[in-house]
Amino acid sequence: MYEHDVIVVGAGGAGLRAAIAAHEEGADVALVSKLHPVRSHTGAAEGGINAALRDGDDWTDHAYDTMKGSDYLGDAPAIETLCETSPEEVIQLEHWGMPFSREDDGRVSQRPFGGLSFPRTTYAGAETGHHLLHTMYEQVVKRGIKVYDEFYVMDLAVTDEADPEDRSCHGCVAYDIKNGEIVGFEASDGVILATGGDGQAFDHTTNAVANTGDGPAMAYRAGVPVEDMEFVQFHPTTLPSTGVLISEGVRGEGGILYNAEGERFMFEYGYANNAGELASRDVVSRAELTEVNEGRGVDDEYVYLDMRHLGDERILDRLENILHLAEDFEGVDGLVEPMPVKPGQHYHMGGIETNEHGETCVSGLYAAGECACVSVHGSNRLGGNALPELIVFGARAGYHAAGRDYGEALIETGPSAAIEQEDDLGAPVEPGALGPTDDDVAADGGEKAADGGQLTGTTETVHAAVERQRQRVERLKERDGRNHAEIRQKLQKAMTRWVNVFREEEGLKKALEVIKECREEYQDVAVSDPSGTYNTDLIHTIETRNLIDTAETIALGALARDEFRGAHWRAEHQERKDDEWLKHTMVQWNEGTPELYYTDVILEGAEKTYEPKVRSY
Amino acid sequence: MSTQVTEQEQAEAEEESTHQRRRLAEKAERQEVRDRMRERAETDLERADTVFDLKVFRYDPDIPEKEDPRFDTFPVPFTKGMTVLDALMYARDHYDSSLTFRHSCRQAVCGSDALFVNGTQHLGCKTQVVDLGDSEGVPGQIRVEPLPHQEVVKDLVVDMEHFYDQMDAVEPYFDADELPSGELEEQRQTRENREKIKMSARCIWCGACMSSCNIAAGDNEYLGPAAINKAYKFAMDDREGENRKQERLEIIEQEHGVWRCQTQFSCTEVCPKDIPLTEHIQELKREAVKNNLKFW
Repeated sequence: MYEHDVIVVGAGGAGLRAAIAAHEEGADVALVSKLHPVRSHTGAAEGGINAALRDGDDWTDHAYDTMKGSDYLGDAPAIETLCETSPEEVIQLEHWGMPFSREDDGRVSQRPFGGLSFPRTTYAGAETGHHLLHTMYEQVVKRGIKVYDEFYVMDLAVTDEADPEDRSCHGCVAYDIKNGEIVGFEASDGVILATGGDGQAFDHTTNAVANTGDGPAMAYRAGVPVEDMEFVQFHPTTLPSTGVLISEGVRGEGGILYNAEGERFMFEYGYANNAGELASRDVVSRAELTEVNEGRGVDDEYVYLDMRHLGDERILDRLENILHLAEDFEGVDGLVEPMPVKPGQHYHMGGIETNEHGETCVSGLYAAGECACVSVHGSNRLGGNALPELIVFGARAGYHAAGRDYGEALIETGPSAAIEQEDDLGAPVEPGALGPTDDDVAADGGEKAADGGQLTGTTETVHAAVERQRQRVERLKERDGRNHAEIRQKLQKAMTRWVNVFREEEGLKKALEVIKECREEYQDVAVSDPSGTYNTDLIHTIETRNLIDTAETIALGALARDEFRGAHWRAEHQERKDDEWLKHTMVQWNEGTPELYYTDVILEGAEKTYEPKVRSY
Repeated sequence: MSTQVTEQEQAEAEEESTHQRRRLAEKAERQEVRDRMRERAETDLERADTVFDLKVFRYDPDIPEKEDPRFDTFPVPFTKGMTVLDALMYARDHYDSSLTFRHSCRQAVCGSDALFVNGTQHLGCKTQVVDLGDSEGVPGQIRVEPLPHQEVVKDLVVDMEHFYDQMDAVEPYFDADELPSGELEEQRQTRENREKIKMSARCIWCGACMSSCNIAAGDNEYLGPAAINKAYKFAMDDREGENRKQERLEIIEQEHGVWRCQTQFSCTEVCPKDIPLTEHIQELKREAVKNNLKFW
């Protein structure tokens, strides 16, 4: 058993920032991560960090753009916190030595990005995330913060009161990847989940292979609602063969999209007559797929992104990394030919429900970064807003867990914030866990108490969680059965086919049926590698279970929301229904059955109330 | 009395653990799951225009049948754009799910999958299978091994602790002498100075350079190209100030620092991010000479 004041699970941007904050606040903090920190997916972010730093810009304009970009599904207190705090956080990074791109006067550069009314995206070449990740890891090393790398967190140690709002989190259980030991981590002040995205629920994604929604799945099964899961961002410019991201920076610098006929379709077909290529990501993604569906795509699959006219010098100065990516992963020289691009899963706006301090409804359990939904992105995230989210809310979660008093939160969390309940979804299958079998310890991993007894003590809760995971691993390793890869691929294919950029009722129902089949097949899953050393077979098997749970919440939320908002497009419902749908979707795991309810979107900020307007670009 | 009980319990626990080990060892020998997985691959293989052999180093100290290092060969159907990492994932997902290697971003930024491919250090994810063939294209065989000069944990996974320790040894964090007074005021840096450190800041800690370096192989204390490059990033950054630069030079000009480098360029050759590592080391040597002419 390891004991610390604050345990941070995941060591990407949000996790590192949370750990530094908790440490500054005086806590004994530990980072527990399945990857070494510098391997985290934050390193793949390319474009930049939005912050109102310059004369002529103001954080309230940033807040307005973000609210509009979110299609009025963001919560104003969260968005205002993000925009007001990001300048000081960005300058903090600069003071920590982050190698930002520079202007002639030596100040950090900023550039235009989609959906922004001011060029406020601060960047470091087209590899901003890499520099941000390394800069923060350097600060963690400097402070001597304890890092448990290659420890895979399998479950949370949460007490088992009937009402999730009465539960508390006392730690977590991790699998020491190097030697196969299952160990408990006890946290006296709090556990912060910062596990990143879950793009692996789809088979064409910019996300790392490690992005399997472990945090949301664990929190969900511990009783914390997941919020707005139907809102999945598809990035309009990913390389067709791999899903590797081509930064929005290319369009920010003036890159142009063409269809197979050589037409600049964003204007020619009126998708965004003002902003053109710099319309928001959902708009551009749909435009590209419409071109392909109407027969104007290249090879019936993609469109072209051209940056040649920017000139070699500018490309090499600001987008050099893009040249390498196009060359290495698509065999295309961006200086002499256009790059093939198509939309790919990129970011999950939804996630673990938190308030603006990073708290969930389970006391002692926090979440920050992409795995969380606070919510600042609403139904569509603006480019350049993910990195400030990491640092702003990572820091707040860290400070708060370590004892800083932020006062009462304006955003309510948990079931008591519900405004209404969805009774009948019309889903074709009964979603959620299957009935108990002899092997449910192995296939499930979701129950809290090992013996069904009431758990209230701190250490006792952690011990029980450890014991349960130990049994689970033993069973998974001992028995024979299906291989996880087959199930995972089936799930990914179904999600990409039916829960993609374009969604229709029938397809969403098919997706739910396949997800149910995946659950059934998962009942027989087995780990065929019996080794105690670096057992990735075991880890991928558990990750696959997490993906099934998060995929189901995505499909359920999407089926329930019968309107068109932000990234969520529905064939049968082509309008935004503000009267009915200015609300957040919550899915809660009630003893294995997902329950849907809704909470109000908060449009009143401290500065002003944001009136929903038609979103045009 | 209580000691006796403990001993008895301990004996029971040991017996249980031996029993479990035996059961698990038996499992490693069972073929059923692998046969089923192979069945999934058969149709792919029949349909493919080109199939190549992926020959992979195998070793696991925990499993009796893998205790002795060996190579396994997997037939992999070639698809356009396939990388070495794709081929490894195919083999793992279709033949043997115990095949173990690190990987994550598969876009050359996380640095997890540096491997020894056909005798050279490569990132698996950015190495196209076609590029390893002769002029005809797809090769008949690709051989994948763990990075040399590092202890093998299992299959293609090597122990990175020593690499991380060397990175830590150069005090790898920014340390400005003083910060600007205004809260929202950044430290000015010229474009030229940013250009100077830009390449050094690209390091993704993959360890390919360390693994390729003959000197590092023979001298365990040698800081090695990655760590020296990290020191370069800070020493050359004008924002840090002269005092700190002095301290940094003292670290890199120690006995097992820059002077160990024999300019063989192997690190520069294998760096997947094209960092001019040898040049950086030479530049630090020059700085060190200018600094105080200390040699070993």
